[in-house]
Amino acid sequence: MKNFLRILSLVIVFLATPLSSYAAEKVEYLKTDWSFKGLFGKFDRGALQRGYQVYTEVCASCHSMKYLSYRNLSEKGGPEFTEQQAKAIAASFDVTDGPNSDGEMFTRPGKLSDKFVMPYENVKAAQAANGGAYPPDMSVLVKARGGGVDYIYSLLQGYEDPPVGITLDEGVHYNKYMYGNKIKMSNPLSDGLIEYSDGTNATVEQMSKDVTTFLMWTAEPHLETRHQMGFKAIVYLIILTILVYFSMKRIWSRVETKV
Amino acid sequence: MSDHEYTPTSKAGKWFNDRLPLLTLANHLTDYPTPKNLNYWWTFGGILTFCLITQIVTGLTLAMHYIAHADMAFESVEHIMRDVNYGWLIRYIHANGASMFFLAVYIHIFRSLFYGSYKAPREIIWIIGIIIYLLMMAAAFMGYVLPWGQMSFWGATVITNLFSAIPLVGEGIVTWLWGGYSVDNPTLTRFFTLHYLIPFLILGLVVLHIWALHVPGNNNPVGIDVKKPSKDTVPFHPYIVIKDTFALLMFMIVFAFFVFYTPNILGHADNYIEADPLVTPAHIVPEWYLLPFYAILRSVPDKLLGVIAMLSAILILAALPWLDTSKIRSAVFRPLYKQFYWILVADVLILGYVGAMPAEGLYLLVARVATAYYFLHFLVILPVLGLKEKTLPIPLSITEPILGGTANLATARNKESSIK
Repeated sequence: MKNFLRILSLVIVFLATPLSSYAAEKVEYLKTDWSFKGLFGKFDRGALQRGYQVYTEVCASCHSMKYLSYRNLSEKGGPEFTEQQAKAIAASFDVTDGPNSDGEMFTRPGKLSDKFVMPYENVKAAQAANGGAYPPDMSVLVKARGGGVDYIYSLLQGYEDPPVGITLDEGVHYNKYMYGNKIKMSNPLSDGLIEYSDGTNATVEQMSKDVTTFLMWTAEPHLETRHQMGFKAIVYLIILTILVYFSMKRIWSRVETKV
Repeated sequence: MSDHEYTPTSKAGKWFNDRLPLLTLANHLTDYPTPKNLNYWWTFGGILTFCLITQIVTGLTLAMHYIAHADMAFESVEHIMRDVNYGWLIRYIHANGASMFFLAVYIHIFRSLFYGSYKAPREIIWIIGIIIYLLMMAAAFMGYVLPWGQMSFWGATVITNLFSAIPLVGEGIVTWLWGGYSVDNPTLTRFFTLHYLIPFLILGLVVLHIWALHVPGNNNPVGIDVKKPSKDTVPFHPYIVIKDTFALLMFMIVFAFFVFYTPNILGHADNYIEADPLVTPAHIVPEWYLLPFYAILRSVPDKLLGVIAMLSAILILAALPWLDTSKIRSAVFRPLYKQFYWILVADVLILGYVGAMPAEGLYLLVARVATAYYFLHFLVILPVLGLKEKTLPIPLSITEPILGGTANLATARNKESSIK
């Protein structure tokens, strides 16, 4: 039994090794405390609401969020705006609907059931407006990058002047956390860029953390449920395992073999 | 098979059983005499059955919501993750379930290698097992393509392109596999169809695997034939059932940890980027469970030879019962084989590691040495070792520590009577 567990745990450790080694060649990311990490990790409601504000006032002019609907903003486990607030947010966007009975497309204020309005008509339009680079959709962005939240958080604060000897083309910026260090997106954040509705001081660091938290939620909207359910499931399994262990001992006590 | 005949006690039961002997089967399965010294490495057969059922049940549910279309697959997966009730849970169980399935199957295979379970009279069980393993790899590969992320698309491109290495007809075969001139919608829909089909083929083979097992009965850590039923055996129920349940629960705790707390750690981040035929990812890597074979593929400079090496690495296992010339099953009584066994384990782990690394410099060198050793183990070391190795004396039975037995029951019985 002991031997068995020792070997098994070794195998599991080894299994995870090649995956973590991907990160080995990359730079050390900036670290911060994420409220959503750990066994009981939950989102910081305030950070999510501020993060939404950063997204909508800064990122949304180029980056789409196509898998989210306005109703998600008031759902449990998310920013938890009130339904009234979410309705108001939705209504502040113009949505193209139709065709109506005359066969015409028309514009109306957004509803809770609408998907987030896209900044560009299509990928080509997005590329044309951004010097050929397509600003990626942000719905699952943190899961689509190797470093996850730490990478996004660092990238937003990683803009600096290029080191001597590196020349950048027109419209290309230097970022020490970007893969290859060259990024088409100009530095999106600066201190005091937006005015938080809850009065928080909008430093670059604060905005980076808030918007990254928001992006974690957009990528994993059920993260809180997952953590809560996971804890219960594992505690249940452990208790059941202990009970089964003792029944097993009892049953096997009838034969003279150890289990 | 157990020796005694089973007759149901109730009249109705007897009437039914005479026409369809399901009750006899159930009785056989519960009474099935099992060596009582089976250790926890033997619990992975049951765990694997659990994995297969879990994959089928979660897979069926996912298939109700998934759309196999190049323009909609990625979105439908996000729909499952966001809007389907507990869709995230079902998908994470399915995705991590594949990894857990392979973790269990590797333990199961290496248990067999250690205790010589592939040797006579269990060759057919072993070969069916290898076929199941091959089908698992096919199912896992095609399943990974379905979310239609970047790794799905490019993984499919790389793997299907391997067939182009076949002389003359290679290119034609690849076009035929794709259903077009690149990986596209026809490829996705046929992969979905096959991904749905293969698990049921596996299920059928699992039935044969267990059937074939129940003819000679389980091997055991001592590796000798046991008399069944005898004081060396216990009935499958409740002894093995409760032990398998205990092991399964421990396995489920690890499984649950992955599903609930690190559901994406075993996947690749690029697969959350929708497939784009115009953008190639920086590194194209398969899932962890295919890495050792990927390393073998890349360690050979020639494409065709690389593909042949990779396939041989798997198919060589089917010939194992004949490559291993030793009559002694369990490594417990084979001091030299035991050491080579652990070297092989290390070799495969090293292959897995270099498979995840770029194929250049030291990594490539290590991959080549490890590949060469892999084949050396099966083609040279095992056949020679069986003839040369001085094995330790093995006991006559599991319960009695009298030495001088052999792996084979009939010879052991003769010896036993001569000792008495």
